[in-house]
Amino acid sequence: MSRTTLDLWVGFFVVIGMAALLFLSLKVGNLASANFSESYVIKAQFDNIGGLKVRAPVKSAGVVVGRVTDIGFDTGSYRAEVTFVVDTRFQFPRDTIATILTSGLLGEQYLGLEPGGDVEMLKSGEAVQITQSAVVLEKLIGQFLFNKAAETPAN
Amino acid sequence: MNGLLALVRRLGRGVTDAVWRLGFAARFFGLLLLYSGQSLLRVHLTIREVYFSGVLSLLIIVVSGLFVGMVLGLQGYETLQRFGSGDALGVLVALSLTRELGPVVAALLFASRAGSAVTAEIGLMKATEQLKAMDMMAVNPIARVVAPRFWGGVISMPLLAALFSAMGVFGGWLIGVVLIGVDEGAFWSQMQAAVDFRFDVVNGVIKSVVFGAAVSLIAVFEGYDCTPTAEGVSRAITRTVVSSALAILALDFVLTSFMFRGQS
Repeated sequence: MSRTTLDLWVGFFVVIGMAALLFLSLKVGNLASANFSESYVIKAQFDNIGGLKVRAPVKSAGVVVGRVTDIGFDTGSYRAEVTFVVDTRFQFPRDTIATILTSGLLGEQYLGLEPGGDVEMLKSGEAVQITQSAVVLEKLIGQFLFNKAAETPAN
Repeated sequence: MNGLLALVRRLGRGVTDAVWRLGFAARFFGLLLLYSGQSLLRVHLTIREVYFSGVLSLLIIVVSGLFVGMVLGLQGYETLQRFGSGDALGVLVALSLTRELGPVVAALLFASRAGSAVTAEIGLMKATEQLKAMDMMAVNPIARVVAPRFWGGVISMPLLAALFSAMGVFGGWLIGVVLIGVDEGAFWSQMQAAVDFRFDVVNGVIKSVVFGAAVSLIAVFEGYDCTPTAEGVSRAITRTVVSSALAILALDFVLTSFMFRGQS
């Protein structure tokens, strides 16, 4: 069996097909940037997670350091339990504060981590103790109206 | 009364025929898989079919992908800029192509370009009794003729779909960034932030593999099962295109409902 022109064409076809796949995964998709090869799991409980979704980014100082992997409901404390992974390159102290923030006015919600000053670092499977819930617009408006009502002198 | 009876009888025959054909198709698929081992050992047969169904479909896939992407760019920008989010054009183009349009439209084009050719070839082989002649010479026609064409289609389809999506994104970029003037950085960075490798790209590839298998199976089966006359072959080709299109769209719904259940 010898090589033919047909083989050349098929080889060419396979090469550009693969190139297209590579383009889709690297340039169009986020395979290169969001590749957390080694990561550890952290949990955090929130009173209210707002619109946080699974796969939302975890950011610290605006840099993506991890991703939310699971959102559950703890029937014991009636709080939302968020599980997320953080790249092993980034270590956080044990008194880190986890906050749910919004990117932009109407953007997607993400998990913000603000490192504390503890010398001990968070280990895999541990929970962040200090958390701050998402800002819910309805509650904010309610509070504003309540404050306005309190300001007005009763007559 | 008599007319009613004839109607019921015809309906019954139609249903029985359809079930019969389905059973035969299932047995045919089983035999195809059984003899695939033999035919994959002779790799050059499959390579030849990749050439005929894949390489020769390149032009139509590239050109249609480019145009679909360009239309998406124009229409998407038109709608998005009303909400002041023209920058999200890249997201719209890339997500609709990798998730849906790439696999589906490429599979529809593939069915009409390559599927019909396969049916015509096998149908004509049957009409001119070449398949019987092979059987006489103890060459299994399923291993020699059918299986390579099936696997050629299964191999070509995901590559063609990926090429279609890539060309579409390029077309969207051409219209959005070069022609309209959407910010290039926002176009690519928002796209990369929104398109996930596992959820979007891999699911698109899985879809196109399934479509490739479905179209190829329908094409080889219709050819193998056709009435061995000129009219029979032409009917089989029509049936290939029609049932492939229906199968692609129905399978797309099923796969989409499995893959994207509206979680995010």
